[in-house]
Amino acid sequence: MATEEILKVEGLKKYFEVSNGFLRKKSIVKAVDDVSLTVKRGETLGIVGESGCGKSTTGRLLMRLLDATEGTVHFEGENIMEWSRSELKKRRRDFQMIFQDPFASLNPRMKVEEIIEEPLLTIGMEKKERKERVSQLLQDVGIPESYKGRFPHEFSGGQRQRIGIARALALKPKLIIADEPVAALDVSIQAQIINLLMDLQKEYGFTYLFIAHDLSVVQYISDRVGVMYLGQMMELAESDELYEHPLHPYTQALLSAIPVPDIHAKKEKITLTGEVPSPDNPPSGCRFHTRCPIATERCKQEVPEFREIKNGHYVACHEV
Amino acid sequence: MSDYIMEVKDLKTHFHTKKGIVKAVDGVSFKVKKGEILAIVGESGCGKSVTSQSIMRLVGDKKSEEVTGEVLYHGEDLMKKSRLDMQKVRGKDLSMIFQDPMTSLNPAYTVGTQIAEMPMIHEKKGKKSAWNRAVEMLTKVGIPSPAKRAEQYPHQFSGGMRQRGVIAMSLACDPDLIIADEPTTALDVTIQAQVLDIIRDLRDETGTAIIMVTHDLGVVAELCDRVAVMYAGKIVEQGTIEDIFDRPKHPYTQGLLNSVPRPGSRERLKPIEGQPPNLHDLPNGCRFAERCPFVMDQCIEKEPDLLEAESKGHTVACWLEEEGNNDGDRGNTEGRGTEKVF
Ligand SMILES: Nc1ncnc2c1ncn2[C@@H]1O[C@H](COP(=O)(O)OP(=O)(O)O)[C@@H](O)[C@H]1O
Ligand SMILES: Nc1ncnc2c1ncn2[C@@H]1O[C@H](COP(=O)(O)OP(=O)(O)O)[C@@H](O)[C@H]1O
Ligand SMILES: [Mg+2]
Ligand SMILES: [Mg+2]
Repeated sequence: MATEEILKVEGLKKYFEVSNGFLRKKSIVKAVDDVSLTVKRGETLGIVGESGCGKSTTGRLLMRLLDATEGTVHFEGENIMEWSRSELKKRRRDFQMIFQDPFASLNPRMKVEEIIEEPLLTIGMEKKERKERVSQLLQDVGIPESYKGRFPHEFSGGQRQRIGIARALALKPKLIIADEPVAALDVSIQAQIINLLMDLQKEYGFTYLFIAHDLSVVQYISDRVGVMYLGQMMELAESDELYEHPLHPYTQALLSAIPVPDIHAKKEKITLTGEVPSPDNPPSGCRFHTRCPIATERCKQEVPEFREIKNGHYVACHEV
Repeated sequence: MSDYIMEVKDLKTHFHTKKGIVKAVDGVSFKVKKGEILAIVGESGCGKSVTSQSIMRLVGDKKSEEVTGEVLYHGEDLMKKSRLDMQKVRGKDLSMIFQDPMTSLNPAYTVGTQIAEMPMIHEKKGKKSAWNRAVEMLTKVGIPSPAKRAEQYPHQFSGGMRQRGVIAMSLACDPDLIIADEPTTALDVTIQAQVLDIIRDLRDETGTAIIMVTHDLGVVAELCDRVAVMYAGKIVEQGTIEDIFDRPKHPYTQGLLNSVPRPGSRERLKPIEGQPPNLHDLPNGCRFAERCPFVMDQCIEKEPDLLEAESKGHTVACWLEEEGNNDGDRGNTEGRGTEKVF
């Protein structure tokens, strides 16, 4: 049971066609380009990477908020890409999303209890049961029940994120995709929300896909972590393994670049030169080769295969 | 002449709003030495930006903005300067870098023109030599093909390059003090690392002092020499990075340090419960009392002063530091982490 796959993603791609400039020249943004991963039931899989690397697009594809260009996504063995609209609606309760900006995702004209109740209405739950469920959810996320008649603007950022979480939990989903849920919060509030998410998981056995750009946060909350760069997965391993033995030069650089709040930490800095290339014209071969300190001729030509190097440790690099 | 480039004394910035007076900065004092990087750290809304804007006199001209206190820059009080004299100081000896580079860059002019403008205005340099200076500054901040880039417009630069352009601009007249307000917050971590390197090298090479405003304790630990921790408009603790990271005294500083996940650690985080007070409805006593795990009656009644702790230059505003209240074993933060939200 522990290692059962709840989600299996294979060869996932999302290309956006965009037109830019006066000439309306079309170009293709390869936002997600051949990503494969699995999520085990009850675990937290973290996804990190710098802005624009395709994290949110991946999350939205898995929620089917976007249609994929290519690839398959199996949820409990069923290909979700084949679900019809009505089937999708029925199954939506099994996977829910938590967003970065809780304010934008909460209707400002609805009371907190109505916001949390809304998903319960969609499944036709009885009034009495609904009220009980709302009370339970408020309690679960640490909002006093007496606040249920208030509106979103009456809450702080951290409290709004708690409300967003309560709403996402309302239908007891199996999989929760959290896209930068703590990025907008101050550190002390961020720590409150991280603890809350971990407590809820322990209590209800949720599976999380946790997306963030902050590697220390991802590492802390996740069992396994995948590192993305320009639409591709560069490395994926157990959280501690990734931290202690990063194999991909990009992961190594990313880890060394995080400023650590410890004045005695001895770190060897690998400062990457150059900027992240644009996803509408990604480099040939390995996408990281333009910034990679150990790139060879081969890296410019051939896309490295994402392969298992050690037990459960995957990496896409010719030089490993 | 004192060793200090800048001495800020009892700075207060109060905004008069419809809802009442917002005491955004409420009695802040600190000093900056030549070649020193001072961090001002704290969570959003604690008054970091208003402090830096008040020093630069970017607030205080409107009727609703009440700024008092002294900002001694090389011994001269900037608060007493005329608007015109202040303009001469700004951008020359004292310059500022904002979080959003587009605050400083005009989209209608090339980056080179905007950098060259600085020595033309402040040093009466000719066009040619000012342009050369601009290219030289872009080289210094690591912009590839600087001569070509100087002729480009801000929109042709990436976010990280724009911020480097702004740093180049702020350096163009060899300032001796730069105030940088969250200069890397909007940047990705690998680009942030590049910009932090530039700032560090700059200080090492030219001895420019820097006031680094940030919410990121990691940035403080890696870059800064001394730290002022702000909470709800006040400095609650000040000291060297060793004082702050190795022997934090204020429960708020301790709480901040306990809130961040450490790489490789699995220990449960210990957040600070609750949230900061409303700045136009501040409590009488210590502003942190409501969230403090060690709160005493005294804390609710009266505000503590910023007093020197064990080591010289390490100051703390906490009643626990007063004689008799400190019963030793408090640095140990065991038993924290109750997570009431309210
Ligand atoms: N609807 C869209 N149309 C065009 N390009 C898009 C769209 N959504 C995302 N992108 C582009 O796809 C890339 C990946 O975006 P995103 O998944 O949001 O990255 P991340 O969440 O990692 O920051 C970016 O270059 C972004 O500009
Ligand atoms: N012009 C203004 N009028 C009223 N309140 C203001 C004004 N500028 C800032 N404030 C308030 O002052 C407080 C401190 O703000 P700021 O210095 O920007 O905080 P931070 O530490 O995040 O930089 C905040 O509560 C902010 O809302
Ligand atoms: Mg995103
Ligand atoms: Mg600010």
